[in-house]
Amino acid sequence: MRIISSETIEQAVYELAHRACLRLTPSCLRALHAAADAEPADSAAKFAYETLLQNAQTAAMENMAICQDTGYAVLLAEIGQDVRIEGKWLQTAVNDAVARAYHDFHFRKSVCDPITRVNTADNTPAALHTELVPGDRIRLAFLPKGFGSENMSRLYMLTPAKGVEGIVEAIVETVRQAGSKPCPPVVCGVGIGGTFDTCAFLAKKALTREIGSHNEREDVAAIEREALDKINALGIGAQGFGGNITALGVLCETAPTHIAGLPVAINIQCHCMRCEKIDL
Amino acid sequence: MPKKIALPLTEGSVENLRAGDSVLLSGTLLTGRDCAHKRICEILDRGEALPFALQGQTIYYAGPCPAPQGKACGSCGPTTSARMDSFAPRLLRLGLKGMIGKGERSEEVCNAIVREHAVYFAAIGGAGATYGNSILYSEIIAFPDLLSEAVYRFTVQDFPCIVAIDCKGGNIYRRS
Repeated sequence: MRIISSETIEQAVYELAHRACLRLTPSCLRALHAAADAEPADSAAKFAYETLLQNAQTAAMENMAICQDTGYAVLLAEIGQDVRIEGKWLQTAVNDAVARAYHDFHFRKSVCDPITRVNTADNTPAALHTELVPGDRIRLAFLPKGFGSENMSRLYMLTPAKGVEGIVEAIVETVRQAGSKPCPPVVCGVGIGGTFDTCAFLAKKALTREIGSHNEREDVAAIEREALDKINALGIGAQGFGGNITALGVLCETAPTHIAGLPVAINIQCHCMRCEKIDL
Repeated sequence: MPKKIALPLTEGSVENLRAGDSVLLSGTLLTGRDCAHKRICEILDRGEALPFALQGQTIYYAGPCPAPQGKACGSCGPTTSARMDSFAPRLLRLGLKGMIGKGERSEEVCNAIVREHAVYFAAIGGAGATYGNSILYSEIIAFPDLLSEAVYRFTVQDFPCIVAIDCKGGNIYRRS
C-alpha cells in the first residue's frame, strides 16, 4: 500500500490546469504547422492558421490563456488500487485545485447551473473520471474542454449490421453537420463499443492521445485513417473558410459491446487541443 | 493586405465590404453572448429601454477571461455565433450594424443582414490571446452579475477578422 496525500494531488492538478490553458499539446502544434503548409497562400484558411500560430506564441510570451474558453475542467485519473489517498476527499482536492488555478491565472469561469444558468463563479465542479487500475501509481490527464466543440459531439446507437462502414459514416457525418461551428480543423475522439455511458467516456479518453498516433489494433487504425481522409474531403477547412484540412486527427478507442448493439460516440475537439499529464 | 476599418461602422464602410475580405477593425464595440442576448430580448419584450444604445453598434460574441495585472482584458476570442441566431434579426432591426463571431449563420440571419444592410465578421476562433491583446480599454456597461457573459464595451485596435457575410448576401461559408 502506497500513501499519496491529497495535497500532492491538489498541487499537481493546479499545475496541470495552469500549463494546459496556456499551451497547445506539442502534437497539436505540429499538426497546425502541417495544416498551414497544406493551404494556398492568400487563402482565408491560411490567414486563419497564421493567426492561430501567432496566437500560440503570444499566449506563451504573455502568459495568457491560449483560448478564452478555458473550458470545463476535465480530469481523467487512473488510480492504482494499491494507493491510499490521505487527506481531503479526492473530488474536493481536485475542485480546490481548479478553483485556485482559475482564479490565480485569470482563466474564465465557465461553469453554471443547467437550469438557472447562474455561474458557480470558480469553474467547479471539475468532471473527475476515476478508473481503478493495477499498481501503486496515479496517472492524471487534465483537459480544459471548450464547449463550442463539445456542443457538436454526438452519440449513435448503431445496429451491428452497420459495421465499419456505419462507424466511419457516423464520424464523418458528425463533422459535416458541425460545419464551421466547432472551430475546425477538429480532432475527433471516438468511442466504439461498450455501453451508452462507457462509449462516451472512451471518446473523451481518446482525446488524451497524441495527434498522429494510431490505435494499436490495425483494423481500428484503418477506421481512423479512412475517417480522416473522408473528413478532409469535405472541404470545410479552417474555421469553415474552405480548405484541404478539416480534421487534424481521428483517435478511436474500443471496448467490447453487447451482441445487439454498436455504440459510437464522437467527442469533437477544436484545433485548440490542450491536455497535460503527470504520473504520481 | 487587410483593409483597415473603423468602428462604429458607417453605411459607406459596410457597403464596400465583401465576403472573404480580411480586415483589421479599430474603434469601439460591445460584447454579448447567450445570457446577455436573452436578457436584452426580455427587456425589449417588457417594452423597456435597453441600458445601452444598439444603433450603429457592432456586437462581438465573446466572454473574456479576467484581465491580468497591467492589461485591459484577458484572452478574448469569439464564441459560436449560431447560438445567437434566434436573437440577431431582432437586434439588426433595431439598428445593430455589425456582428463578430465564429461560424455560419441561419438563413434568417443571412436574410436580415441583407435587409438591414449590415455585416457579419468572422474572428478566428481559438486566437484568444491575440484578440485579448488588441483590446486597449474595457468596461462593463450592463449585466455585471453575468460575469464573463456581461455586456462589455471594448476599444480595440487592429482586430483581425474576415468578412463572412456581407450586405449583398455574399457568404464565405457557402461554396459551390
